[in-house]
Amino acid sequence: MNNEANLHLAAEAHQSENKLFGFWIYLMSDLIIFAVLFATFATMATSFAGGPGPKQLFNLPYLFIETMFLLISSWTYGLSMINLQNQKKNAVLSLLAVTFLLGLGFVVMEVTEFHQLILDGNGPDRSSFLSSFFTLVGTHGLHVSFGLLWMAVLMVQVATKGLTAGVRSRLMRLSLFWHFLDVIWVGVFTFVYLLGMV
Amino acid sequence: MNQNTHTSGHPLSFAKYLLGFGLAILLTLISFGIVAFGLAPRNFAVIGLIVAAVVQMLVHLHYFLHLDRSKEMRWNFIAIVFTAIILFIFVAGTVWVMVTLHSRMM
Repeated sequence: MNNEANLHLAAEAHQSENKLFGFWIYLMSDLIIFAVLFATFATMATSFAGGPGPKQLFNLPYLFIETMFLLISSWTYGLSMINLQNQKKNAVLSLLAVTFLLGLGFVVMEVTEFHQLILDGNGPDRSSFLSSFFTLVGTHGLHVSFGLLWMAVLMVQVATKGLTAGVRSRLMRLSLFWHFLDVIWVGVFTFVYLLGMV
Repeated sequence: MNQNTHTSGHPLSFAKYLLGFGLAILLTLISFGIVAFGLAPRNFAVIGLIVAAVVQMLVHLHYFLHLDRSKEMRWNFIAIVFTAIILFIFVAGTVWVMVTLHSRMM
């Protein structure tokens, strides 16, 4: 490899590192959004306005399956990244597909839960508790949905363009995003669901 | 040019991901177990849940987001510590003010 090509690759790697750090800063600002929503929920957690509380509304096994979907999807995305560094395109693609399906399972379960709550008259207009619940959990679900959209686009790019420098760099940023959402979910299932049910 | 670079500049290892995943599953099971079986008195259960959540978040940050004290991750580390301080001020400050307000109105 000649010197010029080396310099070019080094510059590309540097740019990719910079983009990853920039994306990290975005995630930190996203964390502030969630911090505010968690703080709001904390002040509303017992304002039921005579309506039902977490014990009546939430189902523990259902929540557990939902949590496992997201946790296992985080793991399969990590496995996909290991195959990315080994340049195994098909393995990257199939693991992304598994991650996508698990993420989709999570979103479908969450939408079903929201739909049932609203049908039962326990929508966001029922009490302060439910308003802040829908805002916090809904914001997280919206993030996961956009993550799925992003993942679908990248799957098409991996299939058509292959594992080029640009695609690799984007896959790494989605990796940060996806793992970050799982960290937020740990906060959600603990502080929103489990603490209210204990 | 080393192609095996990720966020931290170290090659990703399957063993590290497996360990992280195992720890995450274990902590999730502990959290759900505390609620499902209700073995501990409420105060202990609340403390247990909060500790398990914080530890699980740290496990995710270290094993999945590859956050550590290495030179490559220095600025990522500083950024998240700063954000954690802001987060603490927001959440603890809000709860403190609202609880005080609530007790004064009783």
